[in-house]
Amino acid sequence: MASGSMRNKEAEVTVFRERIFVSGLIVVVLFLVLISRMVYLQIIKREHYFTLAESNRISVAPLVPQRGLILDRNGEVLAANFSAFTLEVTPSKVADLERALDDLSSLIDVQARDRRRFKKLMEESRSFESLPIRNRLTETEVARFSANKYRFPGFEIRARLFRNYPFGETASHAIGYIGRINDTELKKIESGGSASNYKGSDHIGKLGIEGSFEAELHGVTGSEQVEIDAGGRAIRSLARSEPTSGNNLVTTIDIKLQQIIEKAFKDSRGTLVAIEPSTGDILALVSQPRFDPNLFVDGIDPTNWDALNTSIDRPLFNRALKGAFPPGSTLKPFLALSALESGKRTPEYAIRDAGYFALPGVHRWMDDKVGGHGTVDMYKSIVESCNTYYYQLAAETDIDVTAAFLSKMGIGVKTGIDIDGEADGILPSRSWKEKRFAKASSEARKWYTGDSVSAGIGQGYNAYTALQMAHATATIANNGIASQPRLVRQIKDAASGITKDVPPILKRVEVSPENIAVIKHAMEGVAKEGTSARVFTKAAYISAGKTGTAQVFGLKGDKYIAGKVAERLRDHAWYIAYAPADKPEIAVAVLVENAGFGAATAAPIAKEVFDYYLNRKAASTSSATSPADAKNNQPLEAKK
Amino acid sequence: MRELFSRAYSLIARRIDGPLMLAMIVLVSLSLTVIYSASGGDTFARALGQFRNFCFALVALWIVANLSPQTIMRFAVPLYIVALGLLIAVALFGDIRNGARRWLNLGVMVIQPSEMMKIAMPLLLAWFFHLREEGLSVKDYFFAGLILAIPTALIMRQPDLGTSILIFASGFFVIFLMGLSWKIIFSALGAVVAMMPIIWQRLHGYQQQRVLTFLDPAADPLGAGYHIIQSTIAIGSGGVLGKGWLLGSQTKLDFIPERSTDFILAVFGEEFGLIGNLFLFTLYLVIIGRGLMIALSAPTTFSRLLAGAITLTFFTYAFVNIGMVSGILPVVGVPLPLISYGGTSMLSMLIGFGILMSISTHKQLVST
Repeated sequence: MASGSMRNKEAEVTVFRERIFVSGLIVVVLFLVLISRMVYLQIIKREHYFTLAESNRISVAPLVPQRGLILDRNGEVLAANFSAFTLEVTPSKVADLERALDDLSSLIDVQARDRRRFKKLMEESRSFESLPIRNRLTETEVARFSANKYRFPGFEIRARLFRNYPFGETASHAIGYIGRINDTELKKIESGGSASNYKGSDHIGKLGIEGSFEAELHGVTGSEQVEIDAGGRAIRSLARSEPTSGNNLVTTIDIKLQQIIEKAFKDSRGTLVAIEPSTGDILALVSQPRFDPNLFVDGIDPTNWDALNTSIDRPLFNRALKGAFPPGSTLKPFLALSALESGKRTPEYAIRDAGYFALPGVHRWMDDKVGGHGTVDMYKSIVESCNTYYYQLAAETDIDVTAAFLSKMGIGVKTGIDIDGEADGILPSRSWKEKRFAKASSEARKWYTGDSVSAGIGQGYNAYTALQMAHATATIANNGIASQPRLVRQIKDAASGITKDVPPILKRVEVSPENIAVIKHAMEGVAKEGTSARVFTKAAYISAGKTGTAQVFGLKGDKYIAGKVAERLRDHAWYIAYAPADKPEIAVAVLVENAGFGAATAAPIAKEVFDYYLNRKAASTSSATSPADAKNNQPLEAKK
Repeated sequence: MRELFSRAYSLIARRIDGPLMLAMIVLVSLSLTVIYSASGGDTFARALGQFRNFCFALVALWIVANLSPQTIMRFAVPLYIVALGLLIAVALFGDIRNGARRWLNLGVMVIQPSEMMKIAMPLLLAWFFHLREEGLSVKDYFFAGLILAIPTALIMRQPDLGTSILIFASGFFVIFLMGLSWKIIFSALGAVVAMMPIIWQRLHGYQQQRVLTFLDPAADPLGAGYHIIQSTIAIGSGGVLGKGWLLGSQTKLDFIPERSTDFILAVFGEEFGLIGNLFLFTLYLVIIGRGLMIALSAPTTFSRLLAGAITLTFFTYAFVNIGMVSGILPVVGVPLPLISYGGTSMLSMLIGFGILMSISTHKQLVST
């Protein structure tokens, strides 16, 4: 046993030696692997890693410029910046976000609304983006969080610039708002080659002036070379190029006027556009109901968003630019002008109105006035708003001739306003009907005289925006010189401090001044002795206008009785006007949705506009010459 | 007086192995230097802490070295049973830290039983084979496999992949050195490769992530791939001569995570370059070579197997850590032996050296 054990032992020692030898060999081979790896990293790829290490150390941090301010025409600030502390979190750096937020609530007031908004933001953003949880922290909250910061990795307090709209809902559709940059906008920025200018910018103008003048307002992003650590903390600054603030915009809006108009609308839905005829300055752009742009700046919370988005009143819809409504009788002055221009009518030509117009064998179109207006010439047709006159005119006129004239006046085409989102409206013509009913039978695509007759009093297929109507009214007021509507009249360059005037864009429309004089005289008659005379009896000025009532709901033969029709199906009330009649300083188009007869609801709002604006102007320009006069001398460009 | 001094010296030094001790002291000096740099170069707190850890572990080394291998062998069974018991206790009611259940709160102290197992595993298996030097049956190998598998599985479930690999390695080396046939080794290896898909599914999400990240670190540069990318940048940018002590920009600027523990090699490699790395590797090779020599000349089965296993486990530590920091192995959380900051790993490492020294200085007594 002893010898056997001995032999066993010897064999075991031999095996052991062999295994130790093999192990030693493996150790040496594996160390050679490590050495070659180090040689690869530290000799062969040394240059590459050295460069990486350098760039690791120096980071270029963007310096976000101050966004330009938006001012009203008298210098009131409509969009301002303020800096405040915000608590931000990078979701990817937090393991259990829900719990961290719960813990956070003990230090900082984080309401359910903030969390909902944050959740929505998170869904829209990438996880490595730093997203705000709470804005406008108080100093106590900042101090409390700073003391406990170690408990919340990934959370950071930042001082940031915020946008504030001090007038809240007032003029929100004109001013617009800024919001966080979304994916579509990001792609647009990148493809537009301005990606580097938006480094560090979280916000972009979304709508209105904020959206359309983004390039002016944003400014030029500066940069700072900083030495940073892996946590992104800057250790020291190496070089710095200052950002250039965005340019300030002086708008054409008179915010006081805007406020007065919005108040005058009370709870009604509708729109009003007020234009200075000589320049195209939009003095007020109202779309009712409104929204508070401040809600959008740091991501709107879902509750508010749903409320705005699903409301049947559609507060987010810009009625002034996008709402195309049948113009009703407000189209009559333009149709009359068209007839004068084409020679179909003279001012003196008169008809006998029996209260209806009939196309034999087709249909009988009724006038509002039972029994008719008697003998009606052009003046009376506008002053009393006689439908029969226009039925007859339309039946005799080719629709394409009318369409060509209206588009020359800027009706049914884009006005070229300097903010985006303008609608075309519907300008009915043969080709329009062809296209519109392209999928229907050839019968349905054809243009009938009956179509012309309905369109002849501004109903039928016609649909125009208040902006187009105000613009066309201003063109008449300005004796055929069309001024392109604009919201921005001055740009104050932040870098040089120089204020540049935006020159008004004026175009002469080919219309004879005599014909315009006929129409203007008739429109004065409307306010003096016609459909809106009762509203303007006590006015301190002479104005000119035209009422309109747009059918929402086609009544077949029945007499329209407002009380019997559901509120939303009632007629829209229109009024277009300018004042003073002899030397127009302001032209408006008002539409009050579902308010019935134009003279009853829309004209009084126009009167409030004139009362305030002309009074104020008289007070402020009694000593100085009117700037409008000076601008009248701009070179004109004939409209093709 | 002089005699008293020399007697005291002999009392302290007679169980100390010179080459091992020397290499160890040089390594620990390097460690303190790098930890000082890694902690920003303006505070001695961490370096001092590591020095204390070292002194404490040195006492443990001295005590173990003065025990005879026979005495050490007596600890094999109780140590293993206690460690296994604690591992089971951890699995049932351990504290959870950093998402893993590794710590056991005993009221007076918090311990990590997996560290204890690092010593207990090779000890028990060496003892087990020592008893069976008359010849081994298949049943014995099966039983040894069981001794190895149970703690490994428990630690893997904590989850702690790095430690379970090291513990498996320490036990496997014993069985390997005992002469496990190559046939079995290769067929087991084949089986593991074949089982890869099943093992993959059993891995925790973060473990899968680490392996995926290892295969393509660039896929997640701000997340899991960050460690590997930053450490290779640091090492590579060091070049041949290094950027110099306290001058590593990656280190200074906080780019390297866990830079005084698992990723300390990135700091070392950046500041001391290829020259520094080669010097470090040489020191490791000296220790491994010395350890294998001790194993070769060890008189008993127990001491041979134990010395060999401890040495090869030490190599495994070094290889896995260097491999992971330089980006050729997945990140598994293994410290760089004797260099990384940490009291527990220092202690188990020096106890291992104590055992090696005991074996190297007690052989005459046994062979006679």
